[in-house]
Amino acid sequence: MNTSLDPPEPRTTPAVPERFFFDRFGLDPGTLESTLGTALARRADFADIFFEFRSSDSVSLDEGLVKKANHSIVQGAGVRVLAGEKTGYAYSDEVSVERLRVAARHACAIAAADGIERGIDLRAPGRPGHDLYPVPSGEIRRPLPERVELLQRIDREARGFDPRIRNVMASVGTEERLVLVANSAGELVADVQPLLRVNVTCIAEDGTRRQQGSAGGGGRHAFSWLVGDTERALGFAREAARQAIVNLDAVDAPAGQMTVVLGAGWPGILLHEAVGHGLEGDFNRKGTSAFAKLLGERVASELCTVIDDGTIASRRGSLNVDDEGTPTRRNVLIEKGRLVGYLQDRLNARLTGVAPTGNGRRESFMNYPLPRMTNTFMLAGEDAPEDVIRSVDRGLYAVAFGGGQVDITNGKFVFSASEAYLIEGGRIGRPVKGATLIGNGPDVLTRISRVASDLKLDDGIGTCGKDGQSVPVGVGLPTLRIDGITVGGTRA
Amino acid sequence: MLARVVEAARRAGATDCDAVFVEGEASSCSVRLREVENVVLSRERRLGLRCFVGRGSAAASTADLDGTAVERFAADVVAMAGVVAPDPTGGLPDVSLLARDVPDLAIHDPAGLDTSPEERLERARTCEAAALDSDPRIVNSEGAEFSARSSSVAYASSRGFAAEYRGTGYTLWAAPVAGSGGAMQSGSWYDTRRSLARLEDAESIGRTAAARALRRLGARPVPTQEVPIVFDPQAAASLAGHVASAICGGALYRRTSFLLDRLGEAIASPLVTLVDDGRLCGGLASRPFDGEGVATRRTTVVEAGVLRSYLLDTYAAARLGLATTGNAARSVGDVPGASPTNFHLLAGTTPAADIVRSVERGLYVTSLSGFGVNPVTGDYSRGAAGLWIERGEFVHPVEEVTIAGNLLDMLRGIEMVGDDLEPRSSIAAPTLKISRMTIAGR
Repeated sequence: MNTSLDPPEPRTTPAVPERFFFDRFGLDPGTLESTLGTALARRADFADIFFEFRSSDSVSLDEGLVKKANHSIVQGAGVRVLAGEKTGYAYSDEVSVERLRVAARHACAIAAADGIERGIDLRAPGRPGHDLYPVPSGEIRRPLPERVELLQRIDREARGFDPRIRNVMASVGTEERLVLVANSAGELVADVQPLLRVNVTCIAEDGTRRQQGSAGGGGRHAFSWLVGDTERALGFAREAARQAIVNLDAVDAPAGQMTVVLGAGWPGILLHEAVGHGLEGDFNRKGTSAFAKLLGERVASELCTVIDDGTIASRRGSLNVDDEGTPTRRNVLIEKGRLVGYLQDRLNARLTGVAPTGNGRRESFMNYPLPRMTNTFMLAGEDAPEDVIRSVDRGLYAVAFGGGQVDITNGKFVFSASEAYLIEGGRIGRPVKGATLIGNGPDVLTRISRVASDLKLDDGIGTCGKDGQSVPVGVGLPTLRIDGITVGGTRA
Repeated sequence: MLARVVEAARRAGATDCDAVFVEGEASSCSVRLREVENVVLSRERRLGLRCFVGRGSAAASTADLDGTAVERFAADVVAMAGVVAPDPTGGLPDVSLLARDVPDLAIHDPAGLDTSPEERLERARTCEAAALDSDPRIVNSEGAEFSARSSSVAYASSRGFAAEYRGTGYTLWAAPVAGSGGAMQSGSWYDTRRSLARLEDAESIGRTAAARALRRLGARPVPTQEVPIVFDPQAAASLAGHVASAICGGALYRRTSFLLDRLGEAIASPLVTLVDDGRLCGGLASRPFDGEGVATRRTTVVEAGVLRSYLLDTYAAARLGLATTGNAARSVGDVPGASPTNFHLLAGTTPAADIVRSVERGLYVTSLSGFGVNPVTGDYSRGAAGLWIERGEFVHPVEEVTIAGNLLDMLRGIEMVGDDLEPRSSIAAPTLKISRMTIAGR
């Protein structure tokens, strides 16, 4: 019997997550084996079933009032069949033995009919090799009054920063995602993935000038990460207010190619857009990425080593296993300037004759997996950050960014600064209005001439979109200098 | 189902509530390099409930539709609403505003849902083949995909209102890759319609996609300068989208809009008229009632350059002292918020070719990238690609540049409006010429 919905008070996740799915949907390993058998009835290479249960909560404040309290339960399962380069996928949010069988029959229609029915023996469920986010279930989401009170404190903190803060929008989101993967290789893997975030946006007004500032943070943490002695949530409130006030004085941004210094942390979105997407296995197998034939080639200056690491404890982009059940790992993409690796899911790894790298991710059971990033960052260099800024006579110093985007095929990428300053004579000058930076992925990192020692990962609010699927990711960067990238301001 | 959940919420102590139930089925199939690549089938059902306890409210959604689960779900939402601080503005819309009829808006055409899997694959195959065969420089492909979907949306509230509508959608796209001298460029084209019979011919979509990829070959940056900019209809639609976001209720009471306090003011050139029409026949965003049961309608937002109306839901309207415009959008588990429906910048009289001919030196923009738009100030800076114009003719493709300005100056600087409005997406615009913007490049 379904015991259904999350009660308003914290639920306790079973110590054995696969049991949760078996109990909830009336399944057992035998049903999964026979469903996988149905999926493989035609001439297929591989089949898997992905189960998901996601309970998420969000509370939002605006104009000093908590205006929204949301709760959502998403659950469902998808059956996937791979045959050569073909993928068949069928999913439903109604989960039953009968539905799974129908889905398996639909998914295998892509394979040639002359297969032989094979028996599947699922091994005893494996525990992921690492436990990167051991958060007790009751510690993820706290009772609603606690979350409401936190938002009210954020509101007071931001308004108290400066009387020119006219509105504060803040939200706290908590999520618990349970996944179970069973596949035709006999693997049965489950994971429980907590996710916490807080976002704050402030509107500052001074006469006719109006500006905004944003900050936030999170990760696979307990709720206490936001409060407690560190009061991290209040820090994000002050940061959003500070950025809005700084931007009130922003002058027009310059236009044209110039030297740019990127600050540590979130500006790592440079790596995500300029190289990360271009190194995803699907685009490279298909030959549609600007990086397709560059393995082993120099694509960055010797100062650059770029890593994608899904195994950093508690990070937003980390996972014990990816959404195909493969354990995540630390993958070197660029080593001292040379391209050494791509990001792979099972399909693309098999088709290109390499091992999966633990990067097969999906937004939910409504999607089949794709090669995706986890936490993407550049290793620290040796310069002091102040020296990197001091080395620039005229240029731009950008410390905060909004989103970015890339055209995989021609390699052109953009990312938009939301807090930036002019550098004049080696000193940080006036703040400038937000501007988009545009460059070419395969050559922008070759122009990096200084890398500082201050590697920092972002605060944990990044979301990456690909083919309509959003997944949580992280980025990181030390302060660095790019000798020439186009800055899209208005002052020609 | 909805009557049951509304009743359960009332029993649990809700003073008011409304609920939505959305069911959908979709299928898609794609080919790449003439072989089947992906086939996806889906089925979804979701229940959403919003409850008021006095002036406090909460919303939730679930896919667990088991009998006792729904009862418990309703009780949980009521409990949440009881904890949230009362908001003096909250409440359901006035009964007199609710849709009294569910007119036929030509948004449901199930005929196309019966097509066989082979027929669907054939459309994708034909579309991609037309792209691959159109020129030897088409060297690769991201594939072509056909998809069909149907959905039903039911709404009920504790004020006794209950209604339902159905819709269908059919989409076909192709994304070939052109190559020359080691450089590659992708191009894509698509069509999406409520009725399969109205979908653009598969070969024509494939050929257009190929032409869009081919014309980008050899692209290069241009020097930093200020010039006139022509936006093709796809790029122009994104400008209309920025206006739409700025005139939706939430952006106004939160003070996050560059169009704040400008009702009655000339915010654009007199050539610009923008209309939101929730009842457009066959419209991709048409629906008989909004996410609160309020009848949808046609609203002139900007008339000959003058801002005439915002787009509002019940809450935003109450906050601003205005009346709802029937623009409440509602994702199943969320509280409603104002959003555009079919939002079009109406066609002018100038043929697009004449607009290009009028430019001595400038950029014709065919694609924009990134998120460099500040909604609060209207400051605009985005990556752009397109074609360079000299003496009224296209001379070479352009890439790796940005265009920048301020949205208010851009809207007021619209010098010409094309006659080529084609509602391929719910937010649409014809070719537009803006007198001057800054290009940053080499």
